[in-house]
Amino acid sequence: MKTHLNTLYITTQGTYLGKSGESVQVRAEGKVLAQLPLHNLEGVVCFGRVGCSPSLLGACAERGVSVSLLTQHGRFLAAVRGNTSGNVLLRRQQYRLADRPEVALDVARRIVLAKVANSRSVLLRAARDCVAGDAARLDTLRREGGRLAASAPGLREATTIDQVRGLEGEAATHYFGAFDALLSPSASAEAFRFTGRSRRPPLDRINALLSFLYTLVLHDARSACESVGLDPCVGFLHADRPGKPALALDLMEEFRAFVADRLAFSLINRRQVSADGFEVRENGAVLMNDATRKAVLAAYQQRKRETLAHPFLEEQTTVGMLVHLQALLLARWIRGDLDAYPPFLWKG
Amino acid sequence: MPYAESDLLPISALQHLLYCDRQCALIHLERLWAENRFTAEGAILHRKAHGGRPESRPSGRTTRALPVRSFALGLFGVTDVVRWDPAAGGEAVPVEYKRGRPKKGDCDRVQLCAQALCLEEMLGRPLGRGEIFYGRVRRRVAVGFTPELRRATVEAAARLHDLIGSGRTPQAVPGRKCDRCSLRDLCLPRLGPAAGSARRHFDRSLDALLAGEGPTD
Ligand code: SF4
Repeated sequence: MKTHLNTLYITTQGTYLGKSGESVQVRAEGKVLAQLPLHNLEGVVCFGRVGCSPSLLGACAERGVSVSLLTQHGRFLAAVRGNTSGNVLLRRQQYRLADRPEVALDVARRIVLAKVANSRSVLLRAARDCVAGDAARLDTLRREGGRLAASAPGLREATTIDQVRGLEGEAATHYFGAFDALLSPSASAEAFRFTGRSRRPPLDRINALLSFLYTLVLHDARSACESVGLDPCVGFLHADRPGKPALALDLMEEFRAFVADRLAFSLINRRQVSADGFEVRENGAVLMNDATRKAVLAAYQQRKRETLAHPFLEEQTTVGMLVHLQALLLARWIRGDLDAYPPFLWKG
Repeated sequence: MPYAESDLLPISALQHLLYCDRQCALIHLERLWAENRFTAEGAILHRKAHGGRPESRPSGRTTRALPVRSFALGLFGVTDVVRWDPAAGGEAVPVEYKRGRPKKGDCDRVQLCAQALCLEEMLGRPLGRGEIFYGRVRRRVAVGFTPELRRATVEAAARLHDLIGSGRTPQAVPGRKCDRCSLRDLCLPRLGPAAGSARRHFDRSLDALLAGEGPTD
């Protein structure tokens, strides 16, 4: 596995990526902007109108560097991967297990439990950081945190995937109910009020921010599945649907709150993004502008470099590495090396 | 029993096998590969060796990047360089380039010998010796294709076919070799059956987490 974990994000429209020796060469308007050695890269993510030379794509595929093509706003279009990833024996086993309802239930339950526990940790951490005297916020964070904990026994006893999904939905409602309390009052809180989850399109700023961050995490989860040889489209919690990266979505659940949501709120609370970095369209759809998108990408890269101890492996690792380690543990379990898949629990 | 063309395995897998069975399975069965500094540099060195044209030197003509295979061993590969030695009646001398320094085990010599056995089968004549060039120490080591080395090579090839044919990745046997293993982070050698139950670990951690007051740092 790569320990450097550099992902090259290209957001400037009209950029061209070529291969020069063993490096990626980034060019725009006839000028070479950067040159990065391929062996330091984990992935290349191109937003919008970005060109790649065939020889670069080939070299990336050969060296296990994933290249993803997204729209300018981050919707996944296509990826280039080499034939080094993908172990047919492992995938067959993955399909077999995913087809067994009792197995899928067992994994799905644990993934949602981890999601709920990690969401609760995010609320309680924010409660700790609350300034004294902000009783209303504190109260909301603690109350909803408590409700999240209360959903654990039900999840443990759920006997069908549908029950698990239902309880997950209930827990999400509590969690989102505490979202406004995650905003520090000093921030331009009004502009960032959460009006309920909306995706297509996002209808408020926080949703625009979250959607973009989820895209980034999902991209990493998808690459992680591919790089350990799993099929990102066959999941346990998420149902298969053509074109849906169900396993990557499964894997992502453990990280939504801990990585994406926390980052979104800290960007707002630290004023690294501001209300006028978003464009509100005639119909209420909210889009981020280029400067905000760049700021978010930089912050995300930074967050991925932070270190922590992996709870199960008991080794120091980075936030960026976590999703790879979890994909690896998933593969280990599918292959029969582990008796269960242990999702990531954020202990702080 | 000769192998079919579709069953041929890469000669390079032999060195992985001789290093560690699990590493070999991770790379060739599970198709995991960790491109690290060492493999990247190795790739560059190889590209140099494979890049050029045939050269004529007083020591004889050389051929680069010659594809070879053996149905008897069930192996295929590409030789770095083959020297055709005029002093020995044009006998083929395979030359392999290695980034590092000479290693303790057999693995470089077995790999070279596998190339030689492939060449023998294709040329229809015996080869006596080859050379390994070690980049780090810039030294050329002569390797005689002795009966012992040939036997070790044939055995390794058979073991390789057994491993790949089984479709199973063996459990890790952690040891000192793991410290230098490029697949260490993907292998997680400590995560064998001895590591205990992941299910119990998760359940216990979850209980502790939910009973607590959340993150503390
Ligand atoms: S880490 Fe150790 S057990 Fe695992 S593949 Fe490498 S040498 Fe083999």
